[in-house]
Amino acid sequence: MSMTWLKSAFAATAVVALCAGVSPAQAAGGKLVVGFSQIGSESGWRAAETKTAKAEAEKRGIELKISDAQQKQENQIKAVRSFVAQGVDAIFIAPVVATGWDAVLKEAKEAKIPVVLLDRQIDTKDNSLYMTAVTSDTVHEGRVAGEWLAKKTGGKCPVVELQGTVGSSPAINRKKGFDEVVAKNPGMKIIRTQSGDFTRAKGKEVMESFIKAENGGKGICAVYAHNDDMAVGAIQAIKEAGLKPGTDILVVSIDAVPDIFKAMAEGEANATVELTPNMAGPAYDALIEMKKSGKVPPKWIQTESALFTPDTAKAEYERRKDAY
Amino acid sequence: MTLSSSALRRNLPQCGALIAVLLANWLLFPDFFSIRVQDGRLFGSLIDVMNRGAPVALLAIGMTMVIATRGVDLSVGAVMAISGAIAATMTQAGWSLPPVLLVSLGAGLLCGLWNGVLVAVLRIQPIIATLILMVAGRGIAQLITEGQIVTFVSPGLAAIGSGAVLTVPTPVVLTAATLAVTALLVRATALGLMIESVGVNRLSSAYAGVNTPVILIAVYVWCGLCAAVAGLIVTADIRGADANNAGLWLELDAILAVVVGGTSLLGGRFGLLMSIVGAAIIQAMNTGILLSGFKPEFNLIVKAAVLMVVLLAQSPALSLLLPRPRSPANALPIAAKVTSNAPGKAHKEGSAQ
Repeated sequence: MSMTWLKSAFAATAVVALCAGVSPAQAAGGKLVVGFSQIGSESGWRAAETKTAKAEAEKRGIELKISDAQQKQENQIKAVRSFVAQGVDAIFIAPVVATGWDAVLKEAKEAKIPVVLLDRQIDTKDNSLYMTAVTSDTVHEGRVAGEWLAKKTGGKCPVVELQGTVGSSPAINRKKGFDEVVAKNPGMKIIRTQSGDFTRAKGKEVMESFIKAENGGKGICAVYAHNDDMAVGAIQAIKEAGLKPGTDILVVSIDAVPDIFKAMAEGEANATVELTPNMAGPAYDALIEMKKSGKVPPKWIQTESALFTPDTAKAEYERRKDAY
Repeated sequence: MTLSSSALRRNLPQCGALIAVLLANWLLFPDFFSIRVQDGRLFGSLIDVMNRGAPVALLAIGMTMVIATRGVDLSVGAVMAISGAIAATMTQAGWSLPPVLLVSLGAGLLCGLWNGVLVAVLRIQPIIATLILMVAGRGIAQLITEGQIVTFVSPGLAAIGSGAVLTVPTPVVLTAATLAVTALLVRATALGLMIESVGVNRLSSAYAGVNTPVILIAVYVWCGLCAAVAGLIVTADIRGADANNAGLWLELDAILAVVVGGTSLLGGRFGLLMSIVGAAIIQAMNTGILLSGFKPEFNLIVKAAVLMVVLLAQSPALSLLLPRPRSPANALPIAAKVTSNAPGKAHKEGSAQ
């Protein structure tokens, strides 16, 4: 009883504060203020996403307040409540889990603060609780990788596949997208597929076995890895088998982390599809557009799954090595 | 002579299982046993089994000692991550190979010392005492690498993972050397006997004049050192320290290797070589699954099924049901099984040399 009372009193205060129009930063020269509840910094990619969000905010003159949830949803909910209380202009959330957001998003909606989901979607019956979601399409990433390979090899290529962790959604989707392309090209075939758990060590071990199982690697035209780390491991396995990665066996992977650009610059990898850490940039643009002209953005902003090849590898490595 | 034949019978299930797994691999993949030399290094699936099995085999050597004292070391996977993180970070910072190796191995030694002191001096239950470092150790490794995969360019360090000594992969050589040194230490001296006696009954060992804290600390230190070597191998192998994944869950594989090898978790008699056989069974299975072309969803199920068969073959209760050649030794099978971990038996084994 008392908890719900407290909650509604809290929300009411927030609404009152907002109606009074004393959003502190707005008063100071019309600068947009965005609160960003980030999951944490569990991976290099995540850290890069935070770093990019800061840089992109600076570029647009937006004031960004970041709250690190350390992998806990309750911390994210607290952060959102505190952003509501501060009366920010928009709230960005990279949700750690998909469920359990309805109550706190309703509070934000009542306070008329638009919410943007970054990098992951949520499960909710009420889509009006958030303005838009900026995520990548992991099925599309697999498709882009497959299409590059089909074009490069003229649609004729026996492929070995290094899957991500069994059952994880990027592994399922990246396989699905690639499989679509394989189905369209009768000359393309996945001859071996195994899980490399998204790690370098497993990627190398699995690739070693693939090479032995396929006549010392002679039967393999290309390796498709669900992430760059496994590809880096596979490259070492190919080298140790006396073959040339990038030439004897083509290497295509997904993520675009700095180390794969290093490998590409040395001619040992052929292509990578970017999972961009710049999720905040498109979200800022949508927000600015909406504030200026009232144009409501679509419910899903898909980030570009750009393909990178060795010709830009060196420059890309220099550009990225500090962001990660 | 009678002793060695009883040892043979005891080890039959493990050796049989290893041969069976290798044969199954050969049936699934006819070239399984073919070996050639590639760039001055042996190359073949059987070599892969030994090479990839080396880290777990190294952990199993240390773990066997610890388990023989009725302990367990859950932190070895994390210690691997720490030693690897240190090696990669120092190499990247420009240090030469000798100090890098010294500090990495020293870190493993320190981790072992920490575990040993908790168990021997503070008398904390080993499973809890080592759980502390299992959890904290990975965090320490992540702090060292700052959450990134630290890569390095150093032919010397890389050779530990993917080099070769007289065409034999370095990890295999390192494992064999560690096994030889360990076996020499415990079997050519009374150390093995003392370890077994501490495992059977710590209190009576102390009364009998065994310095139990020193023995306990020594086995945990040795275990930490073995883990540090394993950590160097996996880091050198991928030329980078992956603090999130290096050695992840390998402590369980190591315990499994020891148990599959026939050493009881209740302490006492231990078999170093059999633990290596246990590690080989696990890796032969892993490599076999990769070669077989099964869907990855089946990996864990296949592994579990094979392990169940191996462990069932060792089950004392089941072996009673099977017909055995009659001899005075097992005329009273139940009594023989009950005393198999008793101190008297350990003494008999130990005094055999």
